[in-house]
Amino acid sequence: MATKVFILIGTRKGAFIAESDASRRSWELRGPFCETWPTNHVIADPASGTIYAGGGNEWFGPAVWKSTDFGASWTHSSEGLAYEAGQEPVKSVWSLATGRDGSLYAGVDPAGLFRSEDGGQSWTHVDGLQKHPTRPEWNAGGAGLILHSLVLDPADANKMWVGISAAGVFATEDGGATWETRNRGTRADYMPEGQNYPEFGQCVHCLVMAPGGGGRLYQQNHCGMYRSDDGGKKWESIEEGLPSSFGFPAAVHPRDPDSLYLIPLNGDIKGRFMPEGNTAVWRTRNAGSNWQAKREGLPQGDAYFNVLRQAMATDTMDPAGVYFGTNAGGLYASTDEGETWQCVAPHLPTITSVETLVIER
Amino acid sequence: MSAFSEDVLREKPSEAGAPVLVRLPPHLVVLFPGADRRVSLTAATVDEMVDGLDALWPGMRERICDETPAIRRHINVFVDGRRAKLSTPLAPGSDVFVITAISGG
Repeated sequence: MATKVFILIGTRKGAFIAESDASRRSWELRGPFCETWPTNHVIADPASGTIYAGGGNEWFGPAVWKSTDFGASWTHSSEGLAYEAGQEPVKSVWSLATGRDGSLYAGVDPAGLFRSEDGGQSWTHVDGLQKHPTRPEWNAGGAGLILHSLVLDPADANKMWVGISAAGVFATEDGGATWETRNRGTRADYMPEGQNYPEFGQCVHCLVMAPGGGGRLYQQNHCGMYRSDDGGKKWESIEEGLPSSFGFPAAVHPRDPDSLYLIPLNGDIKGRFMPEGNTAVWRTRNAGSNWQAKREGLPQGDAYFNVLRQAMATDTMDPAGVYFGTNAGGLYASTDEGETWQCVAPHLPTITSVETLVIER
Repeated sequence: MSAFSEDVLREKPSEAGAPVLVRLPPHLVVLFPGADRRVSLTAATVDEMVDGLDALWPGMRERICDETPAIRRHINVFVDGRRAKLSTPLAPGSDVFVITAISGG
C-alpha cells in the first residue's frame, strides 16, 4: 500500500487530475476529461475514491460526470437534474458534495439543490430551498444565480449550509425541507446607506466549514471576510490585517479550526488582481486575528490573474498541502502548509475548481 | 464510440410508415458509447423522434431538450431543410438534422 495524492481540477475546458506520491514533489497530469465540457467542480468521495465532476455545456445542458477508476473512464447523467416543466431550465452544475450517509448533492444555476442516492445516476430536487419566502427576491451575481458553496455537517446528515450569489447563506437542519437565512453580521456595501446589513441578498463568494465539529464557518464575501462560531447564526469580520476585503476562495486546514487560507484581490473595481500583481496566499493561524502573506515560490510582479471561488483547497496530509488554480490556467501547490510553493501546471485552461483526494492503494 | 460512416445506419423497426433519417452531431454522439451519427427510426413528430433516440441511448433526450420542455437554446433541429420545434410533424422519409450552434471561447 502506498499513499497517492490527487489534485482534482475543474476547468472551462474539462476536468484534469494531477497525481503524486506522498512526497507531493512531482505530479503527473492527466486530462482533459468530460469531453472538454465546462466543468465547475470536481470532487471525490473519500470513502470510495469515486470522482464526480459537475458542469454544463451550452449545447447539451447540465450533467454530473463520474469516474470509479481515478479518471481512466467516465460516465455522465442528468436524470432528474431538472426543475418542473415551465420553470427556467437548469443551465449547469456548480457545486458537488458527498455526505457520510452516501448521499451526493449538487448545487446548480439557477440556484437550487439536488440530491442523488444512487451515486449520481439519478437526482431529486430538494425543493425546500426554492420554497423559501425570499426566493422571488434573489438576484444573480456576476456569474449567474449560482449555488456555489455546499457544506454538509460531518456528524448530522440533516444539517447543511449553502452559499448562493447573490442571495447569501442559507441553512437547513431538517435535511433540506426548511431553510433559514444565515447572514447576520455580513455586509452588502452595494446597497443604499442604512440598508447594508439585510437579512439576505449578500454576495457570498465562498463558504467553508472548519474541522473539529464546533460549528465554525468561514466565508469570503464580496464585501469582507468573516468567521462564525455558531453555524452562521452571526458573523464577525476577520478582514483587519488583510490588503483588501475582496476575494473569492477560502480553504480551511484539515485539522486546525483556527487556520484559514484566503487570496485577497485588489478590490472589485480595480481589475480583481492580486495587489501590485504580486501573488500571495494569506494565512491565519488564530482564526483571523492575524494574517501572514505567503509568497515564496509564487510569481511576484506583473502577475495579473485571479483565483476563482472554488479554486483553492487543502489536502489531508501532515503537513497539509495547499493548492490553488488561477483563471490564467496556472496550478500551484504547497506541501508545507503554505510556506513555500511550486507550479504544478502552468498552462491549463481557466481553472474553476481545485479539490484533493488522498488514498492508500 | 463510433465514427461517422455512411454505411453505419441503425434501424429501429417501424410499425407504420417509412422511417425518418436523423443525423446527429459528433459531440453529441461521443457522449453515448455505441451511438451512431445516422439513425433511422419511426416517429410522427420531432418530440417522438427524441423519444426514439432516448430509447436507443438513454439520457439523449436530456442532452437535446430542456425541461421547458423545448429543444435546447443552442441546438437546432432541421426537418427537410426547415428549422423545427418539438411539435413539428415528421413525414415518412423526412430528413432530420440535429445541429449545434456555433459557440466560442
